[in-house]
Amino acid sequence: MAILEAINPTLTAGWHQPDLRDMNRDTGWRLKDYEARGGYQALKKVISDKLSQDQVIAEVKTSVLRGRGGAGFPTGLKWSFMPKGAPEKYIVCNTDEGEPGTFKDRDIMRLDPHSVIEGMIIAGYAVGATRGYNYIHGEVYELYQRFEEALDEARAAGYLGKNVLGAGFDFDLFAHQGYGAYICGEETALLESIEGKKGQPRYKPPFPANVGLYGKPTTINNTESLASIPYILRSGGQSFLDLGKPNNGGTKLFSVSGHVNKPGNFEVPMGTPFATLLEMAGGVRAGRKLKAVIPGGSSAPVLPADLIMDCTLDYDSIAKAGSMLGSGAVIVMDETVCMVQALERLSWFYYEESCGQCTPCREGTGWLYKVIHRIEHGLGRPEDIDLLNDVAGNIMGRTICALGDAAALPVRSFVKHFRSEFEYHIEHKKCLVPRDVQKAGSTFHTRLMAGALC
Amino acid sequence: MLEIEIDGKPLQVEEGKMLIEAAHAAGIYIPHFCYHKKLSIAANCRMCLVEIEKAPKPMPACATPVAKGMKVFTHSALAVKAQKDVMEFLLMNHPLDCPICDQGGECQLQDLAVGYGSSAARFQEEKRVVSNKNLGALVATDMTRCINCTRCVRFTQEIAGLMELGQAFRGDRAEIMSFVEKTVDSELSGNIIDLCPVGALTSKPFRFSARTWEMARRKSVSPHDGLGSNLIVQTQHDRVKRVLPLENEQLNECWLSDKERFSYEGLNSTERLTRPMVKQGGKWQEVDWNVALDYAAHALRDVAKNHGAAEIGMLVSPHATLEEMTLAAKLTHGIGSKNIDFRLRQADFSADGKRKGTPWLGMKVAELNTLDRVLVVGSFLRKDHPLLAQRLRQAAKKGAQISLVHSAQDDLLIKLFAQATVAPSQLPTQLAEVVKAVAALKGVAADPALAKVGAGGTASAGSAANQETAQKIAASLVAGSKAAVLLGNFAQQHPQAALLNALAQQLAGLLGAKFGFLGEAANSVGGYVAGAIPAADGMNAAAMLAAPRKLYLLLGAEPEFDCADGMRAMAALQQASSVIALSSYKSAAALDYADVLLPVSPFSETSGTFINTEGRVQSFYAVVKPQDETRPAWKVLRVLGNILELDGFNYESSEQVRDELLGGKTDFVTGLDNAIDAMAKEIPTAAAGIERIADVPIHFADALVRRASSLQATADASVPSARINAATLAKLGVAAGDMVKVGAGGLATLLARLDDGVPDNCVRVAAAHASTVGLGPMFATLTVERA
Repeated sequence: MAILEAINPTLTAGWHQPDLRDMNRDTGWRLKDYEARGGYQALKKVISDKLSQDQVIAEVKTSVLRGRGGAGFPTGLKWSFMPKGAPEKYIVCNTDEGEPGTFKDRDIMRLDPHSVIEGMIIAGYAVGATRGYNYIHGEVYELYQRFEEALDEARAAGYLGKNVLGAGFDFDLFAHQGYGAYICGEETALLESIEGKKGQPRYKPPFPANVGLYGKPTTINNTESLASIPYILRSGGQSFLDLGKPNNGGTKLFSVSGHVNKPGNFEVPMGTPFATLLEMAGGVRAGRKLKAVIPGGSSAPVLPADLIMDCTLDYDSIAKAGSMLGSGAVIVMDETVCMVQALERLSWFYYEESCGQCTPCREGTGWLYKVIHRIEHGLGRPEDIDLLNDVAGNIMGRTICALGDAAALPVRSFVKHFRSEFEYHIEHKKCLVPRDVQKAGSTFHTRLMAGALC
Repeated sequence: MLEIEIDGKPLQVEEGKMLIEAAHAAGIYIPHFCYHKKLSIAANCRMCLVEIEKAPKPMPACATPVAKGMKVFTHSALAVKAQKDVMEFLLMNHPLDCPICDQGGECQLQDLAVGYGSSAARFQEEKRVVSNKNLGALVATDMTRCINCTRCVRFTQEIAGLMELGQAFRGDRAEIMSFVEKTVDSELSGNIIDLCPVGALTSKPFRFSARTWEMARRKSVSPHDGLGSNLIVQTQHDRVKRVLPLENEQLNECWLSDKERFSYEGLNSTERLTRPMVKQGGKWQEVDWNVALDYAAHALRDVAKNHGAAEIGMLVSPHATLEEMTLAAKLTHGIGSKNIDFRLRQADFSADGKRKGTPWLGMKVAELNTLDRVLVVGSFLRKDHPLLAQRLRQAAKKGAQISLVHSAQDDLLIKLFAQATVAPSQLPTQLAEVVKAVAALKGVAADPALAKVGAGGTASAGSAANQETAQKIAASLVAGSKAAVLLGNFAQQHPQAALLNALAQQLAGLLGAKFGFLGEAANSVGGYVAGAIPAADGMNAAAMLAAPRKLYLLLGAEPEFDCADGMRAMAALQQASSVIALSSYKSAAALDYADVLLPVSPFSETSGTFINTEGRVQSFYAVVKPQDETRPAWKVLRVLGNILELDGFNYESSEQVRDELLGGKTDFVTGLDNAIDAMAKEIPTAAAGIERIADVPIHFADALVRRASSLQATADASVPSARINAATLAKLGVAAGDMVKVGAGGLATLLARLDDGVPDNCVRVAAAHASTVGLGPMFATLTVERA
């Protein structure tokens, strides 16, 4: 994928397009290019203006930058939770981008790794951490390698290490390659994984700000959140906030996939109408009718076309419609989609990725998948729909981490908005959407027929 | 203290407590599986979800700290629904095979399913099946029943000290397993059976032999190490079926070592002696009690009359009860002998007559957890005292600095602060180095007797590294506020045990610390209290064997395994004109050397008392009837006294014996004191040649455990080998894997194995095993050559 279009870009301004034939031919990601487009100016400004830690945090609070990993928690507020004066603290970047539909951090890491490094140095300075880790998803090994190269450049230039730019503070940054487990994107499972243990979430409280990596106070931020920091410090928090709308600062990357003509990443200001984004992505392919959209990655509840078309792209509008902006992964489904089959695929993912630690998720995700699988394969029973709803409800809010909710929300929303399709499936032992229509709409199928590489 | 309210009941709760603790303390039960008071909080089973006012969703009571004004509802509609929903998830993949499950009737899942389970299952899919694991000879697995509470995992990691189990795989494919086909070899492994809330982990020796409700539960006391763990012995048809811990926070907490838990198999051993026997004309015959007792009395009278009572020696097992020891002493004295001893593995008796009191732990067992500095001297701590080691492990986790001066480097699974490993002959030197260093740090003039030790001295052969370690240990001890010096079994069995005692005493004096002995056996304190030690002109255990007697009385002892020099013991017994053995077992050795075998009860078939290493008096009753013609030893001794027409043998009960001895005191004994007077501190020079390091492996230590077949199949009971470090192997011209002839008093042929935890010029050969009895004394210089 690539950055295809942007409105008022802050993150992607000046990015080169990736070379789709060979990543090694990418240009524009190196330190000199980053510096040429204003990179590391924010860090230098923090140093030359002698901004205090509190001033940096205040600036980020002003920007109302909300966590881009999915939860949307205000980044500045998160930083302010770090205890002052603790001798050993950590800042961790969460690049374990595993949510189906999400591929924005991959482009940031590929085309602009130094923005993450700069963001982490500033974050480290602000919270008083002298060490940082960037946990990179296992299935993008080449990005891990690139990040290591970028780290070498930054170290050689004095941005990292002892006495950063002679400013009197130390900051070291390390890349950590994950192994592809979705659960390691959960921040405390991620910490366990860095510590060399099995990636399983920790019970909270205590929160990482008090007991985090190696038991020390730790702040964990998403890649995009950290990459947004340099702009905020360079141009001011207010300027960032003004790009978006109140309570939803800045611009954001949206990964648009599914049944659109131009899938890819788009940077738009928060509050942009969904219709605009859909238009930027070339609209629904082949002039078909929009059926549904998952607006924030696979764990966000699905929204039928009429609801999503009224939304603007910000945390509040989508929450009001009953879903989540999440990580900004917009999965577009047109009228050729069988919603039972789509849910079966999603449920299989959560069944596969449940860590197995706590009971409701360990047992419940498998149950959900098995029932949906049965319905999809013509073995559904009338009581199954209520059973699904109930089992999903019994998982929600009962688990150690949010994976339980993530598995349950799609089920409940699919059943809520598309109950008739489930009923049809159970009654007629086949899809409401005729088989040939589904086949005609299958991207996988048409691409394969065209001889394209998947 | 905080004020909270649970189910409308106002409570005062200590800050930092979890809700479940507060509720349970107030008698409000919250259902749970993964929570266990001794383990870290996992919050994974979700069974303890409760409703908290103002919380948007139910919270796990095990992981929610109490907060001021909190209002908790454990039985509200929301809470009960959450609990029932979790129960449904737990049961959906559970096989529900209670009728064929060994846990049936004592299963937390079964119990809670009655209250929280539904009578019909909504889960109609195929259930998960999990393959079983081989965890060794003690713990059986039915992993399909596992609910992944991870109690067993946390136990191995946190209490036993080594994470031998873990949860592999994810989701509903998650399985508890050991590390790549390894068995669970911890000496505390049996506790995971108790911890498992379902029937996934059950007792391999016990399973399928009885239902819990068919068995009687009786209290008892462990007859093994000095801790005196409290037991629940479960019996059926007058047989001991299994042993469980009886919780006692002051001693074993809720744990048992595997030895304590599984040694009961030895009670039902085919080697049990159940009829009195006498040897006539070289042939053994089963006889009536009165015949056997007459025979024994006659032999005693005969030797006393013809050779003098001093030719009679009494060897008492330190695992015998207080009452048995008391009557044994009385009998010995009654017939005019002064030769009685229970300290069978001791080699140095020079402190006798100089002791101010009975040697003991020097503190309460529970105090071990509160120490901040500990020096352990000469101890195979983890195997000799599994649960005391566990306490020190917890202390170390809280920051206590634990150091070890010893002749072996077995992994104690305790984070050691410092460790000096020296040849046995160097143990006093090493300890003296610590004493000197502490004196220097305290600015006190060192004892002139220690002048020879260390730099410039002549006695020390200590390496620079060991001297440095001594300094490090000294600095650690001096910096502590609650320090203790503990002498282990190895130090007590050492040829300079008295010197080690004196040095420890001096060290403790300098530090203002406590010092004590880790009691080797159930009645290591009781033996002194009962007077089962020789009077001034009597012979101790070693002397009786060094200068063989005409007649030996053995009470529970198997001298070939239980004495410091098994070979010498065998020779002495074989040459004796008469050996009267009061024993629960007929071993091949006893059939060879003895003339009369009197079947006496093991601890399970007699009432009695053990005094543990902290001086705690613990009496117990018989849990089953004596097998066949077996009789409690105190009764046998009483009748023997009567037949010999000795005074003061008219006891009606064992309690009467105890009360007369202890003056009716039944909590702690008095007269405990580790100090010895006026001990000359002659620090020995290093021994020339190759030295033996003899451990008494955990499952060879006493007659009962030696016959516990499942324990004998564990890694801890493997056949002894000659363990030698690389340098010494090279020097001896032997390779690991060679068979070697090791010689001291006698010879033993053993497999040489590389063990770099053995100091230079030493060979580690375990004692108390048939293959090494022929070798001779536990402490000796050896010859080693390729066989």
